[in-house]
Amino acid sequence: MATKSDNNRAWLFVIPVIVLVAFNAVVPLMTVVNYSVQETFGDNVFFWHGLGWFEDVLRSERAHAALARQLMFTFTILIIEIPLGVVIALTMPRKGVWVSVCLVLMALPLLIPWNVVGAMWNIFALPDIGLLGRLINSMGIDYNFTQQPLAAWFTMILMDVWHWTSLVALLAYAGLISIPDAYYQAAKIDGAKGWAVFRYIQLPKMKRVLTIAVLLRFMDSFMIYTEPSVLTGGGPGNSTTLLSIDLVKIALGQFDLGPAAAMSLIYFLITLLFSWIFYTVMTKDEGQ
Amino acid sequence: MANWAGGSIPHARNLAIEMSVELKNVVKRVGAETHIYQTSLAFADKGFNVLLGATGAGKTTLIKLLAGLEKPTSGQVWIKGRDVTRVNTQRRNISLVHQFFVNYPTMSVFENIASPLRVSGLSRAECDRRVREAADLLKLGPMLKRRPSELSGGQQQRTALARAIVKESDLVLLDEPLANLDYKLREELRDELPRLFAGRGATVIYATSEPTEALLLGGMTATMREGRVVQFGPTAEIYRTPSDLTAAEVFSDPPINTAQVTKAGDRITLNGGVSWSASGAIATAADGDYTIGVRPHFVRPKAATDGLVRLSGKVLITELSGSESVAHFALGDRAWVSQSHGVYQFRVGETHEFYMDAGKCLYFGSDGALVA
Amino acid sequence: MSRIGLSKLSHSYIDTPTDAADWALKEIDIEWSDGGAYALLGPSGCGKSTLLNIISGLVVPSNGRVLFDGRDVTELPPEQRNIAQVFQFPVTYDTMSVYANLAFPLRNRGVSEAKIDARVREIAEMLELTDMLERRAAGLTADAKQKISMGRGLVRQDVNVMMFDEPLTVIDPQLKWTLRSKLKELHQRVGVTMIYVTHDQTEALTFADQVVVMQDGEIVQIGTPVDLFERPTHTFVGHFIGSPGMNVLPCEVREGAAYFHGRHVPIDAGVGRPGEGARLEIGVRPEFTRFADDGGVPVTVVRVSDAGRHRVVETRAGDTRINLLTSESEAVPEGEAHLEFDPAHTRVYVDGWISEAA
Repeated sequence: MATKSDNNRAWLFVIPVIVLVAFNAVVPLMTVVNYSVQETFGDNVFFWHGLGWFEDVLRSERAHAALARQLMFTFTILIIEIPLGVVIALTMPRKGVWVSVCLVLMALPLLIPWNVVGAMWNIFALPDIGLLGRLINSMGIDYNFTQQPLAAWFTMILMDVWHWTSLVALLAYAGLISIPDAYYQAAKIDGAKGWAVFRYIQLPKMKRVLTIAVLLRFMDSFMIYTEPSVLTGGGPGNSTTLLSIDLVKIALGQFDLGPAAAMSLIYFLITLLFSWIFYTVMTKDEGQ
Repeated sequence: MANWAGGSIPHARNLAIEMSVELKNVVKRVGAETHIYQTSLAFADKGFNVLLGATGAGKTTLIKLLAGLEKPTSGQVWIKGRDVTRVNTQRRNISLVHQFFVNYPTMSVFENIASPLRVSGLSRAECDRRVREAADLLKLGPMLKRRPSELSGGQQQRTALARAIVKESDLVLLDEPLANLDYKLREELRDELPRLFAGRGATVIYATSEPTEALLLGGMTATMREGRVVQFGPTAEIYRTPSDLTAAEVFSDPPINTAQVTKAGDRITLNGGVSWSASGAIATAADGDYTIGVRPHFVRPKAATDGLVRLSGKVLITELSGSESVAHFALGDRAWVSQSHGVYQFRVGETHEFYMDAGKCLYFGSDGALVA
Repeated sequence: MSRIGLSKLSHSYIDTPTDAADWALKEIDIEWSDGGAYALLGPSGCGKSTLLNIISGLVVPSNGRVLFDGRDVTELPPEQRNIAQVFQFPVTYDTMSVYANLAFPLRNRGVSEAKIDARVREIAEMLELTDMLERRAAGLTADAKQKISMGRGLVRQDVNVMMFDEPLTVIDPQLKWTLRSKLKELHQRVGVTMIYVTHDQTEALTFADQVVVMQDGEIVQIGTPVDLFERPTHTFVGHFIGSPGMNVLPCEVREGAAYFHGRHVPIDAGVGRPGEGARLEIGVRPEFTRFADDGGVPVTVVRVSDAGRHRVVETRAGDTRINLLTSESEAVPEGEAHLEFDPAHTRVYVDGWISEAA
């Protein structure tokens, strides 16, 4: 009977995916691994260098500083964006015509390309012609993000919060509207007040989507490049040179492929490690 | 316990009808768990078959194996004289109706019912005729233009059933289709179901957890427990003569009453002390210990006739079902159940007398098999 | 604990109702006494859930008043009514332990921890939850969760009324009867007024002392389980309670006697003089219908279903379907047969409602 091939034919459909994944992830990763253990001066001539580049990177103060800035940036925006997103979701209407209006407004920042966001904020925050920059200076605060590290950080974080809080809010909102009315009714009957309703009903029911939100925001912000690169280019000085920006400087600016590859791998492992930690911590008591 | 390992098919073998839906030595394991132990079963061709068992007995797994939604770990599935074990669901010409009302939400009732015909290449007129015929049978005529979401649960399930009817499949699988309906709707649809499929040339397999439903549907029944088919045969027959204690337990709601008895000569003595004279087949059985099984409706709160065995016990739980009354009472260390017509209000905690029709007792040997 | 009164209550979800079908609840008057067990029984869409929501305060009725111990609470929100409610799907606080779940309503009301502890343990004992007090509510079975929802109502001693909205919907069929009887026992122990909403006759009749049967927003009968079975006051009750339901035969009434197909049918009591053009029917349950030698109503036996404990025999007299129950041992005639009805349980219904002798 010719029926046996019926089942196997399904595998054909998977082949494109396998090929895609291979070209997309495996091949570039192997190239990077290859670079990271060798020394090259171009012309396709390679010398074996072992783990030397890794040692250099791990000892380099420049790399440490970039990593510290990267972590600082990521945790700052997480601390702001997650609670802010939840608060916005809580204040959004649950039914009526305003729901779709709110959703569209919230989605708008997410639709703007990253380099445009960077350019937009660069102009927006300029102290002489930018709306934001002029406003802050007119309040008597000396503000110039191209020269003051603190102002640069402030602008960079404000930009990320503006760009990405909507994502957290939308995810949290999706979690909120999936809570059946009976839970709110039960809470009323049990005499629970606002905070208790949030703590024991809304937060637990939002936990899954918030886990996803934290992971997405962590990975995205940890690997962020385009926006700060367009906004500050890593300056003033090296004050906003995040790991990703530093990496590009080394790899393309100095053409040090070996150290850049080693750093990339370390970077990749750190991202993986943190993601794993977040995921395990946030889902640890779901199993039982 | 009858476990038909090795493929013998009692009862069914004696029936002079062609068997066209058949499981041959089917085993289903998932990981370390066995969901279906080796089972061979030949369903009544073009007839109504019931799979009866509690949740987790393996009814749904069997249905999925027949539908091709799951593949057996070993053994074969035959439909219409063809080994279909490796054939996909789409190519088996079957219909499946679930416990949950599954319809296409964006299509009208008409389009829903017509959906299986769309791929068959029938003419529009023929398609239309068949849909209207099925809709009339299921009393959906006036609803054809509506969407499933505008229908009641009963009507949604009727739509799903109509889809199964127009398809004219060889095998119709119904997995507890009435479980989510109000009981009056359930009563109504249960009444119509066997008639709907009669004479359509399809073999119908209906899974249920309710013994009364199995009885009212008639046809053939396979009682199941913990991944095994315990007994298979004409429904009323296996209800009255269960092969063993397990089969009797599966096919009883409320649960069948059991107790230890001792037979000595022509006297049978219950553990608690009451005794009666042996009559019927048990009279000629060997002396010794037996387990009796008495269906709850043979234990009544009133002595309607002579010759009943009087029992008394503390009432534990009472239930009223509208036209029937159920009382659970303590008999020795066991809980017994009495079921009777009409509405009796027992007081929980009080001792009450019940009368058992000893002539209706089933006697099981120490191995569990039916003796008399 | 308190008396519950519903006075001239009606409700429509439409702002300006025009015809009768716009009303989810037509005029309802009920007086429930303190500590009783009541059930609201009816098919889906009969208005029982609307009525429940009005009592709990989630819906404010269009007309009429809700009285707790004579006090008008019609406009009060749920949290000010001191009620408890168990929903169709179990509601538990999944991040809390079972203990914290039970303690939650008391903690919200500022009860001292010592008192809470004593009360929680007492209720847990009653509900057989003691073993799992320290476990988290997430991951428990549906029946355990439903017990927790009940427990959160029971811990409070100030509860006016405890309401159950089809609480056994998601419970495994094999466990339903244990929970059903547990509820009955709980009511007897705590003595709180309880209202149980369901479409399942067994749940309603097993639980309640008094059952309110509803259809199309109207109360068709309030009575004990025995009343509903033996003396349904409306053909709908006869049909809805009992399986199979009551037989309903179109009839004529002449000089206080009922006739079906021209044949006299003896009935319980006399019939009042029906109005012109009224729909007249005889109602008799299958349990009170039996085969007669001859001289009864001539019928054709259409089908015999073996229900194990009895047979359901379906017969036809013209277009009228008449069911009867026979015992397993009784022989069922084939083809033509005659039926008779127990006069003590045979009644005439005028436009659906039972007719009393004038």
